[in-house]
Amino acid sequence: MKKLIQLISVVFLFPIALPYALAGDQIAEGKEIAFDRKKGNCLACHVIDDGELPGKMGPPLSQMQKMYPDKSKLRDQIWDATTKNPLTAMPPFGRHRMLTEQEIDKVVDYIYSL
Amino acid sequence: MKGLTYLSIVLFGALAVNASSYADPQSDNEMIREYFDDRLPDVALEDYINGVYAIDENARLQWEDIEEFPPYEDGVDQGQELFETAFANGKSYADCFPNGGIGIKQDYPKFDQETGQIVTLELAINQCRTTHGEQALAYGKGELAYVSAYMAFTSRDKLINVTVPNDPRAQAAYEAGKKMFYARRGQLNMACATCHVNNAGNQLRADILSPALGHTSHFPVFRFKWDDIGTLQRRYAGCNKQIRAKPFKLQSVTYRNLEYFHTHMSNGLAINGPGSRK
Ligand code: HEC
Ligand code: HEC
Repeated sequence: MKKLIQLISVVFLFPIALPYALAGDQIAEGKEIAFDRKKGNCLACHVIDDGELPGKMGPPLSQMQKMYPDKSKLRDQIWDATTKNPLTAMPPFGRHRMLTEQEIDKVVDYIYSL
Repeated sequence: MKGLTYLSIVLFGALAVNASSYADPQSDNEMIREYFDDRLPDVALEDYINGVYAIDENARLQWEDIEEFPPYEDGVDQGQELFETAFANGKSYADCFPNGGIGIKQDYPKFDQETGQIVTLELAINQCRTTHGEQALAYGKGELAYVSAYMAFTSRDKLINVTVPNDPRAQAAYEAGKKMFYARRGQLNMACATCHVNNAGNQLRADILSPALGHTSHFPVFRFKWDDIGTLQRRYAGCNKQIRAKPFKLQSVTYRNLEYFHTHMSNGLAINGPGSRK
């Protein structure tokens, strides 16, 4: 069914709908990665969205667009939080290759949508 | 708050900037007490031995209920039986320790002049066995943990008294343990201190992080997750795995040095082992 919709989008609505459909997927995948205990496991330390059993070592992640007008700064924080705060508890997801560059992009898009 | 950040920088910075110079263990202890006094002002010094239950009122009430029927009682009884049973050569544990092994846990780990290494109580238990022709026991859990739990039980209320004698090898062991405690490790890039100093009292998922001060007082510990009694170094391995770092071998030099520093930190606090934790 999903495939069919995508096919229809590609064929008929390409210029308008496709970018939106992709962005939606990217955000949904980003959420999955962020919540997955074996991937981002961001909920261990942050209250996020509807995530269950969140920890509170870091601040709640909401309104991130306001917090980070420059999206690349948000990416930097997730890639290696120690550059901003050498004593941070937050793991360096990019520097220690806990997430791939593509996965980080997806997480950034998800967090940015909150 | 600024003071706290400053102290963290001092604690970490001291290592980063000047890892080779020897800081006096006594001033380390004073510094860590001041730090926790600022960070957790509601916790009385004597109460640090209760770990997370010194911070979380709800968890404490549940825990006090559990302690009415201590889950470690069987283990302590087994430990006493093992402790009092003679080895094949007729000797027993009592022959290997000062005061017949009763009420001495507070003095461990100890620096051993002869080998120049740190001897934990668990290591000494196995040394006693091999000296008398018995097989060494596995570290971490089982019979060794029961014997250790019994010995801790006989030491309750004694004050932890780990000494760093004026010997460069003892000081080097202390420093190595300290470095291990503050060094970031593993894929998650965290030090013991990241969780148990800088974030003590903060919530990681469903867990409130306990302060390192008082950590060692109640080991070995009965953990519901283990459904058994386990040693302090078993817990070290667990915390190392948690941050996706390769754990060290139990009773390796690295873990013994860590236990030396980690226990010295709690000097003056009371032994209350074995404890129970979730
Ligand atoms: C082990 C704890 C921990 C984990 C896991 C963690 N963080 Fe953090 N995070 C923190 C802490 C603590 C801070 C506070 C600032 C600092 O120390 O860097 C923080 C800060 C942040 C900030 C900055 C918030 C602000 O207000 O500026 C963002 C964004 C963030 N984290 C995103 C994430 C994402 C996305 C993940 C998962 C991929 C994640 N964090 C996983 C502990 C963690
Ligand atoms: C990712 C965070 C984290 C790191 C890093 C970490 N621990 Fe833990 N540790 C925990 C959690 C969570 C618990 C269970 C809750 C509690 O008692 O703090 C725990 C429990 C303990 C306990 C038992 C406390 C008690 O009262 O029985 C000890 C001892 C301990 N850790 C020592 C260490 C040492 C030593 C290191 C470094 C080698 C370390 N931890 C690294 C998270 C961590």
